[in-house]
Amino acid sequence: MTESTISAPRRGVPIWAQIIIWVFLVGLLAIVAVGLSRAQQGTVQPGQVIDNFTLPIYSGYEWDGKSEINIEELRGKVVVINFWASWCKPCEQEATELQTAWKEYEPSGKVVFLGVDYVDTEPEARVYLKKFRVSYPNGPDLATRISQYFRIKGVPETYFVDKNGVLQNVQIGPFTSIDQIRAQIDPLLK
Amino acid sequence: MRSSRITFYALLLALILAGLWTNSASTQGPTPTDDEVNRIAKQLYCPVCESTPLDVCPTEACRHWRDLIRTMLAESKSETEIKQYFVEQYGARVLAEPPNRLISYLVPTVAILLGAFMLLRGFQKWIKPSMMESNLENSKREAKPFQDVYIAKLEEELKKRK
Amino acid sequence: MIANFGFGVLAITFLVTLYSVFAAIYGERKKIPAMVESARRAMLLTWPLLTLTASILIYLLVNDHYEVQFVYEVTSRSMPTYLKVTAWWGGQAGSLLFWSWLMSAFASLVTLRKWDRDREFLPWVIVVACVTMAFFIGMSVFFENPFAQLYQMPTGVEAHTFQPAASILFIPQDGNGLNPLLRHPGMVIHPPMLYLGFVSFVIPYAFAMAALITGRIDDRWIRITRRWTLWAWMFLSFGLVLGGRWAYDVLGWGGYWGWDPVEIAAFMPWLTGTAFLHSVMIQEKRGLLKHWNMLLIILTYDLVIFGTFLTRSGVLSSVHAFAQSAIGPLFMGFVSTTLVTSVALIIYRWDSLKSETEMTSLLSREALFLLNNLLFMSILVVCFWGVIFPLISELFTGQTVTVGPPFYERATGPLFAALMFLMGIAPLSAWGHSTVKTIGRAIWKPIVGALIVTAIMFATYTRNVIALVGFFLIALVILVTIYEYWRGANARQKSQGENIFAAFWSLTGRNRRRYGGYIIHLSMMLMAIGILGIELFQVETQGALEVNQQMSVGGYDVVYQDIAQFQGPDGREVTRAVLGVYKGGEYLGELNPRIDYYYDAQQTMTIPGQRSTLRDDLYILLVDWEPASATGATFKIFVNPLVNWLWLGSLLFLVGVVIAAWPEKDAERVAVRANASVQQQTSAAD
Repeated sequence: MTESTISAPRRGVPIWAQIIIWVFLVGLLAIVAVGLSRAQQGTVQPGQVIDNFTLPIYSGYEWDGKSEINIEELRGKVVVINFWASWCKPCEQEATELQTAWKEYEPSGKVVFLGVDYVDTEPEARVYLKKFRVSYPNGPDLATRISQYFRIKGVPETYFVDKNGVLQNVQIGPFTSIDQIRAQIDPLLK
Repeated sequence: MRSSRITFYALLLALILAGLWTNSASTQGPTPTDDEVNRIAKQLYCPVCESTPLDVCPTEACRHWRDLIRTMLAESKSETEIKQYFVEQYGARVLAEPPNRLISYLVPTVAILLGAFMLLRGFQKWIKPSMMESNLENSKREAKPFQDVYIAKLEEELKKRK
Repeated sequence: MIANFGFGVLAITFLVTLYSVFAAIYGERKKIPAMVESARRAMLLTWPLLTLTASILIYLLVNDHYEVQFVYEVTSRSMPTYLKVTAWWGGQAGSLLFWSWLMSAFASLVTLRKWDRDREFLPWVIVVACVTMAFFIGMSVFFENPFAQLYQMPTGVEAHTFQPAASILFIPQDGNGLNPLLRHPGMVIHPPMLYLGFVSFVIPYAFAMAALITGRIDDRWIRITRRWTLWAWMFLSFGLVLGGRWAYDVLGWGGYWGWDPVEIAAFMPWLTGTAFLHSVMIQEKRGLLKHWNMLLIILTYDLVIFGTFLTRSGVLSSVHAFAQSAIGPLFMGFVSTTLVTSVALIIYRWDSLKSETEMTSLLSREALFLLNNLLFMSILVVCFWGVIFPLISELFTGQTVTVGPPFYERATGPLFAALMFLMGIAPLSAWGHSTVKTIGRAIWKPIVGALIVTAIMFATYTRNVIALVGFFLIALVILVTIYEYWRGANARQKSQGENIFAAFWSLTGRNRRRYGGYIIHLSMMLMAIGILGIELFQVETQGALEVNQQMSVGGYDVVYQDIAQFQGPDGREVTRAVLGVYKGGEYLGELNPRIDYYYDAQQTMTIPGQRSTLRDDLYILLVDWEPASATGATFKIFVNPLVNWLWLGSLLFLVGVVIAAWPEKDAERVAVRANASVQQQTSAAD
């Protein structure tokens, strides 16, 4: 090991420079790490209270006369939030089952079905809704705020929120039968 | 005879009126061409696919979005209005550039200027070497055939003292 | 059973690399040469082991062993054999193995050289190479096992390394097949080329770390790895060019570079690598920029790791998919650890990396190379910021944004222009001292020439200001380079009495690095011409055509003549259109854009019909989201002016690099002489 100069003082990197370098480096790595962990998060997990969000409703699909639904207003009822899109082929597999289930639960007034249209165009959405004779409230997820909140990984996904606003069940992918839907809702009604 | 003539003229009138009415309804102009749609679609990204501009995305959903642009163009919406609509519907990530341009350009500019500034400052320190360092450099330089550097430096010093 | 054997060999290789690391460290610390030698032998052992592993995998790939998950994912019965072999790097698990295999090959090559003068480097080079290898092999062993097999479980079919209880081996009838995008015969080579570049850069990094750790930070480590750096840079550059060609030919959107984060991840190590390539010359000649060189090679290494994982398997994967994968955090951990360790080492040795001479003139060649470093780093900052900004935006505002081509083009454009200007000035500046006058004297002729060229372009081609500035700079660099070349040949001709051609030849032969470098610069300018043409003057149009209807764009008239649909040889359905091309009434030929639908992968590929000339490219796509039949089809037509200069330039680039890298016996001797005095000094001060 050698110093090429004999009398030049040993300076090294000044402390203030070292601090800056390390803060910057660690900060950068931390940001990437946080971003990575965020991406690694799955969808919202059961047990969490769902924050309030507003779903605008397509005209003709209003519920209780409302053209806009705040989920907080639905406290006291079981809420079934279904993410779908007209361009989503698997969504079609469960569309009829969902509508039939809605018809079953609607009269009791204790359950509300919400269809959240993910990244879709209104004309095509309406065609889809008409095709499956959907009557429960549906609306577009403007700026994908709601789907970002739920951290959905794709469509279709369905989230079951109980009367206290707590997420209880998550269904990734289409339902295969109406019994599946009933099996998720009935426990929440008790 | 008279009733049939009245009927005839009534029908004719109805037809003319109907023609005029439908004509006025279609004053939206010709259907926008693919190129006009692509001009805007190029500046947008597919909301669902990853990193695919909207004009080349082959999925059915993207077709619908391009049709949407076509419809909006036919309604004489401007480019800004169309892009604004897409942002409202699908979020800011649908644009090819972040809406807040300032920050995105500011940080790299500042970083680069900072680097250039530090370099320049370091350079100025080199140009004016300390007495000690220049002596040491002298002894090392003897081995190297760069005498002209010496002369050049001398000339510079002389110029400075003029 | 064969698959399990393959996994066994892989696991053993992992242990061997770990042993090599510890043996090297232990042998070095305790000063036991035998241990270091053992470590070296262990490292040499990894290549035969990995070759065996790879051969087993290729055997499985070629012989339709679909019970192996990787084979199922990337091959199918309808694929030709050569594609089944190249499917080795068609998926992540295989790619990681390919990377490790290349790494062991290069590490072995390095250890086989004569180590007499640099014995103290050896242990640390082994450590760095084997740590890197251990990481990649470890990934394969623990997370992305290419030999995992499919088992039928009560809950469904799952892939496992070892057979779980209550399961039976699941053997699918056929596989998914290689991603159709990778079946393009010319483009099969893009991932390996890129990986060759990536892996080769590990060697200079290993030597740099060895230099930092041992304190031998003179330019010895640079001299040893000089050729490695050049070859690594060549492979990386060519890999990028091939990627661009692939995008242009096969991805079907009329462009060659989309500023996708995955593309940028492969581009960033090229930026630091190019800066490093130039900067080390300064350290060799003048003992300057030592800190820079260390920093640049460290950045290159970590960006290489980053780039490998983001591009993984050669198919443009998405940032999102990568981030959600299991290996994302692991690789982040590796990059963080190596980055922090390397930076700590630089800080520790900061003083020792002091310059041996000093820069005295802002326009001296050393100073201009420093500016070169700054410009490349600036482009890197822009690229890195563009990639990371969406992440930061989401973290702090909750809103995701996209940073697309407009940002990158606007931000890097001026920087590249500045680089080109530098390419014109630097060859004319002298070591140690230059002034505006001295450079001015040399450069005024090329400037006048470039102005004339620009004026001609203004009169005949375009009024676009950016294009004119671009043409000016390109012409300037070409003229300066040719001028320098001519000056050298002229001097040689006068002194040696050779004719001008022999003078050129021997001049190049005697100073391969410099003149190979000039040829590379020339090739870059040819590529710049192509980029300028397509970026600034591309015209496109899209429209539906009925049969015998025509569409006009960019001076060409294109007539839709016919369409045919048939089954291709390897499990695909081909829809092929026939279009007649006319220009000014003259028939130029026929173009056949087509759509290939691959049954096994259920994916479509749009292959354009291209007519390439030096002047422009007529590029026609059959749009696959609209119906195509004999009644009508939709076409997207691009006219890309000058784009073929890009590919031409890349061929000249190859020539230049080969010249620059060709072994020179004379240079070594000269270098030793010049260095002898420095060596005497340093050894005297010991």
